[in-house]
Amino acid sequence: MATTNEYTPSTTTGRLANFVDSRVGASGMVKEFGRKIFPDHWSFMFGEVALYTFVLLLLSGTFLTFFFDPSMTHITYNGSYVPLKGIGMSAAMASTMDISFDVRGGLFMRQVHHWSALLFVASLSVHMLRVFFTGAFRRPRELNWVVGGVLLIMGLAAGFTGYSLPDDLLSGNGLRIIDGVMKALPIVGTYLSMFFFGGEFPGVHVIPRLYSLHIMIVPAVIILLLVIHLFMVVTHKHTQYPGPGRTNDNVVGFPVGPVYAAKAGGFFFIVFGIVAFISGLFQINPIWNYGPYDPSPVSAGTQPDWYIGFVDGALRLMPGYLGNFSFEWIIPFPWGDNTLVLSVLLPALVPAGVLFMVMFAWPWIERWVTKDNREHHLLDRPRNAPFRTAMGAAGVVFYCVMWAAASSDLIATHFHVALNDVTYWLRILFFLGPIFAFWITRRICLSLQRKDREIVLHGREAGIIQMSPEGGFSEKHEEVDVYKRFLLTSYNDNKYIPAQPDAAGHVSGSEKRRAALSKFFFEDRVAPVTPSELEAAHAAHGHHEVEGEKQDSIEK
Amino acid sequence: MGDHSHGSPEESGTVAKADDVAQDRFPDPGLPPHRPRLADRDPRAAKRHERQVALLFTISIIGTLFFFVAYFVLGRLGEMTFAELRVQNAALGLGTAFAMLGIGVGIVHWAKTLMPDHELVEQRHEISSEKDRQDAVDIIDTVIEETGIKRRPLIRNTLIGAIALAPIPAIFMFRDLDRTGKTAHQMIEQMRHTLWDTGVRLTRDPSGTPIKASDVQLGSAFHVIPEGLENAENMLNEKAKAVVLLMRMDPQEMNISEGREDWHVDGIVAYSKICTHVGCPIALYEQHTHHLLCPCHQSTFDLANECKVIFGPAGHALPQLPITVDADGYLVAQSDFHEPVGPSYWERG
Ligand code: HEM
Ligand code: FES
Repeated sequence: MATTNEYTPSTTTGRLANFVDSRVGASGMVKEFGRKIFPDHWSFMFGEVALYTFVLLLLSGTFLTFFFDPSMTHITYNGSYVPLKGIGMSAAMASTMDISFDVRGGLFMRQVHHWSALLFVASLSVHMLRVFFTGAFRRPRELNWVVGGVLLIMGLAAGFTGYSLPDDLLSGNGLRIIDGVMKALPIVGTYLSMFFFGGEFPGVHVIPRLYSLHIMIVPAVIILLLVIHLFMVVTHKHTQYPGPGRTNDNVVGFPVGPVYAAKAGGFFFIVFGIVAFISGLFQINPIWNYGPYDPSPVSAGTQPDWYIGFVDGALRLMPGYLGNFSFEWIIPFPWGDNTLVLSVLLPALVPAGVLFMVMFAWPWIERWVTKDNREHHLLDRPRNAPFRTAMGAAGVVFYCVMWAAASSDLIATHFHVALNDVTYWLRILFFLGPIFAFWITRRICLSLQRKDREIVLHGREAGIIQMSPEGGFSEKHEEVDVYKRFLLTSYNDNKYIPAQPDAAGHVSGSEKRRAALSKFFFEDRVAPVTPSELEAAHAAHGHHEVEGEKQDSIEK
Repeated sequence: MGDHSHGSPEESGTVAKADDVAQDRFPDPGLPPHRPRLADRDPRAAKRHERQVALLFTISIIGTLFFFVAYFVLGRLGEMTFAELRVQNAALGLGTAFAMLGIGVGIVHWAKTLMPDHELVEQRHEISSEKDRQDAVDIIDTVIEETGIKRRPLIRNTLIGAIALAPIPAIFMFRDLDRTGKTAHQMIEQMRHTLWDTGVRLTRDPSGTPIKASDVQLGSAFHVIPEGLENAENMLNEKAKAVVLLMRMDPQEMNISEGREDWHVDGIVAYSKICTHVGCPIALYEQHTHHLLCPCHQSTFDLANECKVIFGPAGHALPQLPITVDADGYLVAQSDFHEPVGPSYWERG
């Protein structure tokens, strides 16, 4: 737009920017993002790791597509790995062999792809835990929490479909288990399996189908969700940890340009470097050791990729029989008997279902119990939300018990105990573990809060032992500075809210249940130190000081 | 705190912020004072950091060069031993790792030591203002009003009907994901049958050589496939149903139920190898205990009791293949299995 006083840039960068901007109009973007403030904390890194490993997956996966042949046509392997020469296998397996042995750097790319996949799901999971334990999912970020949860599920889907592509013995066996689980679904299961495999297992259709899921549909969905996810992060602005100068109304941190962008951009290369290091030195998925898929052989002690483990473990924990009662129910219908395969359905669907349902619903559950519908941009230190931290720990233990069960045979051989005993113990832990975890974690949080109170009221131990004129020893306590004191006292403190009558003066059943939960969560709580309490403590302290700080004497 | 945040959030659309609890609280002392870094005060330290960053970038360049060495010098297509391949893979990995870490660590070091480390403060804004939300709702109301859809239920209802129906063909299009061209009934029937039939010889997996009853020693186990499997139309599909484990134990130790008395040959018994849990092949036979163990989820079957489940998640016993010997002394099947093999499904009954 030619106006009378046109902006004339004076530097080369300026002229270039001016050229581009007067054609595409990017200055608004630069103004918006160039100095946008992002809070910095090591725990905010996990989301970045997830993003970067996904980029690595896109890069390495695209390389693999140029050589991988997603076909189940039966051919005879004739590549340069001698032990398998002359063996019949699918074209998919043979091309994966070729990527490994006859494409220079191909093995490296496969390893980068597989290790990135493991790290991708791991960083997604840790990122979610970070968001959960710090309460970052609270209003206005509930929807982004849900989007993140769907991303995790899509990550699992991407991993599973990819793992199945090479059509080696292990991946075929994984599909065999999927076939068994699908068939267990009542009424539709058999058809689903037939549709998925194009007929009976294994058929010759499933790899091409998994391929279009793996390289197109699932990544497209992930990219879409990722864009929504990041868009919402920008809209909400990042949360920040509490502390002096950080309020619910401001963002304290570094500007995108240059510090934040440099750190985040540099971090991509660091993640890449670490993945490359691992991929160079640690072998993963050596399909040439497993051989092509064949329904007959299987090697003991093989493991699925780690993120599938919890479902596999749940399948292992379920008893097929209780005494003489079989969990395969034969239901007599007028047209004949049908089978409800609870021994597979229950473990395959219920634990994962409960875990994900509670996870998705948690922001609303918490809001309902606490009646706290305010916007939260300040995070909680996990100790300052004992109920939530304890629930999270219970969920983690629930998951980990199932996960451990997927390695029950390895646990048994490693520790020289009977396999069946390992399973019995894990079955008990499956039910009791989360309860213990809840109880212990809450106790730990409350003690940490009490310790914080102690520090504010009586100062921190300075590590200096003093001898009083009377000869008594005591440790010098140093009062915390105002910044630390603010950090330790400024938390959001939830109280038990008894059941409230509604407008008509009636206390509804759901309100009673809410109050019961609220009581369960917040009955025990540690309130932050108030200025008046501190004053009282100081008064008392002053008195003691005259007495030579006897109350802190190490002779006690 | 902004003045946009009074009122109860339930009643107005106004958003309450979590800070709004005026209580007996310590006042916010504000951001702690900024501590200058060494490089902020000492130009020599700054120069040193500069050199460190440059060194890291140089390491990256060397890493990339090393990658090329690994690619061209260590890698010769098609004539490498496995050990050489591993060395090359490690070298590619290390080259890439140094190339990337050099850049990454260099940039982060640069940002941490030489770029300004003053934390800045920015105010948050409402996600969308009360006014905007009201305007948006008004616009939507106007749009809906102008279509007249509320006043003309006939249009609305037929539109709903049309839109509800239109996607259904897209779902039905997927009917032919099943490539067999068979009816549901035929498929269910097919799942009940395997290649085993009267007189089909039991042969070794994978060689396909037939087995004489006299070959099967007490305590031994054979992996068995039906004769002619390699010529079957869908070899893997048939194999996935027909694989069998053949074992011999003392007939005295076996509990045999009614109707199965003649399914074994002198204690030689054949059971489906496909686990009834979710279908892994059962690989382990412990001859002392006569237990069969599935490696996938540890279902354990008792051979002495017609392979009933004694531990683990499987919900029914392994199907038994009735066998006998033919005129030449080879083991053959009397018939197909009497029940479907493998994992249970709705129609199994
Ligand atoms: C979104 C996250 C993704 C995950 C979690 C993932 C995971 C995996 C895994 C675990 C494998 C098995 C690798 C192995 O052989 O050991 C695999 C294979 C493969 N993936 Fe991915 N992948 C993802 C995205 C992609 C994308 C975006 C592409 C292509 C653009 C891709 C292309 C491939 C190909 C061609 C193979 C088969 C080649 C082979 O197995 O060596 N993947 N994937
Ligand atoms: S498939 Fe055999 S125990 Fe699960």
